[in-house]
Amino acid sequence: MTPVELFSEPFMQRALLAALFTGLAAPVIGTYLVQRRLALMGDGLGHVAVTGVAVGLLTGYSPTWTAVVVAILGAIAIEVVRERGNTNGDVALALLFYGGLAGGVLLTGLGGRRAAELQQYLFGSITTISDGDVVVTMVLAALVIVVGVGLSPQLFAVAQDPEFARVAGLRVRFYNLIVAVLAAVTVTVAMRTVGLLLVSALMVVPVATSQQLTRSFRATLVAAMALGTLASVGGLVISAFASYQATVAPGPTIVLLSLAGFVITWPLGVWLRHRARLRRPFADEAPDEHTVSDHDHDHGPGCGHVAVPHDDHVDYVHDGHRHAPHGTHYDEH
Amino acid sequence: MPVIEVQDGAVAISGRPVLRGIDLCVGRGEFVALMGANGSGKSTLVRALTGLRPLSRGAITLFGTPLEDFHEWHRIGFVPQRSGAASGVPASVREVVSSGRLTRRRLLRPLGATDRRAIDDAIELVGLGDRARDGVSTLSGGQQQRVLIARALAADPELFFLDEPTAGVDLPNQKVLTDALASLKERGATIVLVAHELGPLAALVERAVVMRDGRVAYDGEPIPDHAVHEPWLGEAHGHHHHARHESAHEHDHAPHVRSPLEGRP
Repeated sequence: MTPVELFSEPFMQRALLAALFTGLAAPVIGTYLVQRRLALMGDGLGHVAVTGVAVGLLTGYSPTWTAVVVAILGAIAIEVVRERGNTNGDVALALLFYGGLAGGVLLTGLGGRRAAELQQYLFGSITTISDGDVVVTMVLAALVIVVGVGLSPQLFAVAQDPEFARVAGLRVRFYNLIVAVLAAVTVTVAMRTVGLLLVSALMVVPVATSQQLTRSFRATLVAAMALGTLASVGGLVISAFASYQATVAPGPTIVLLSLAGFVITWPLGVWLRHRARLRRPFADEAPDEHTVSDHDHDHGPGCGHVAVPHDDHVDYVHDGHRHAPHGTHYDEH
Repeated sequence: MPVIEVQDGAVAISGRPVLRGIDLCVGRGEFVALMGANGSGKSTLVRALTGLRPLSRGAITLFGTPLEDFHEWHRIGFVPQRSGAASGVPASVREVVSSGRLTRRRLLRPLGATDRRAIDDAIELVGLGDRARDGVSTLSGGQQQRVLIARALAADPELFFLDEPTAGVDLPNQKVLTDALASLKERGATIVLVAHELGPLAALVERAVVMRDGRVAYDGEPIPDHAVHEPWLGEAHGHHHHARHESAHEHDHAPHVRSPLEGRP
């Protein structure tokens, strides 16, 4: 089969659509989770959703819908524990991790299903996605994007500083619940694409990558959405081409491509922050005494020395000294 | 009509009485400093006044409206006690200050011209005009505190609550803060400020309320920082007080949580 034929196959087009919407939606909610320092919440919900899938397999209902319901219940449970227990959100997540996974495996066994059936939900199977599942994925992803982007001023304020938001008259509990429910929906949406065990990567890694280079929240959100889309569609295409040579699963390819983006931008971010630190203006006042520096280098724009604003002039950092131009010579500052 | 009125206010945290017998009346345009040792209840009082802590007894009215029916939150500016303005994701100074404008914005509407002007003015007033586009996490602690004050300013409130705005802030930054608060005072805003030590703010304070062990121990003319801890303070009110200073087992009143479902706030 040629690549053109492969990509015109209906199953491949369904997969591309699912990848596009998942990649766009997952980082939206991931940004709010990272902002609350709850980056692992996606993982916790993913594990809870395993139980949901197993309930579906056991009862014969669509595993997508049972996973949505169980994940939302799990998200609300995490939110309640977080609100009541002040700082122990991570313990609550851990409890749900284990409970969700153990419950899922147990229920699958009880239902007489083979572990292989659960596996396609654990690690994703985007190429076997059905017409109905694509529609559900698109609708739920669109819901996440519309709410997550539309309510971004409110969600940002609540995650940034809940107490301030409450005194500003925002219904903090309501917005927290929205984030929790959207996170649960996102987990189920991404379940078919990358699998429940890798869901969180698609939510968190693009955010981690984009914040290496951004300074504002809005830029982080938009860049994360772009990176998420690039990773999920790109990963699918790469795995499709690679499948001529070997068995390459799309889910892990998407996650690894996303991680590769982080590995590339991380040193860049480190360098940018280092540079910004070097160039931050010196806050102290210029010294009163007048110490002349004795050397014949001409400092100026592009002279190779770091130029740092200081009061009303510029200091040049030279061998650990700060040289300030003064007439025809330099002062030590 | 007083801006703030507390009658026989009491607050209990996890069943433990923290504030009791609070009677307080603050008029329009007053600049009040709430002072006292750690754990004396001054922050708890501000949290009760802003509705973050429910009263276990008594009543609070803001602008003549009982607190439970009060919805005009745009008239209140709040600067919570925080170590910084940064969170897990980068945010620019402008974005943080913009969130202070939410009280005056309706859902799903973009920022209007008035909103933008108010946000710019607030950033300008705290002297961060040239840093508006920078990430808050790149700012110093004192500058971050100024960002939080600008956020409270953005909604043009009439009544300000500031919880320890100068804690851990160096002197030059304290002076900028003082200038910002002075211009608020000129505009006729009412300011209630929690402070451990007043520093440069002392020049603005018109009235000091000293808390001790959850009661108001002194209410009147401003007093020097060191006098807050004098044992004689509050004797005039007839209460019996020991000259008790902070001891090692005293915490702030936040309950200490040991398991996920324990310690409901």
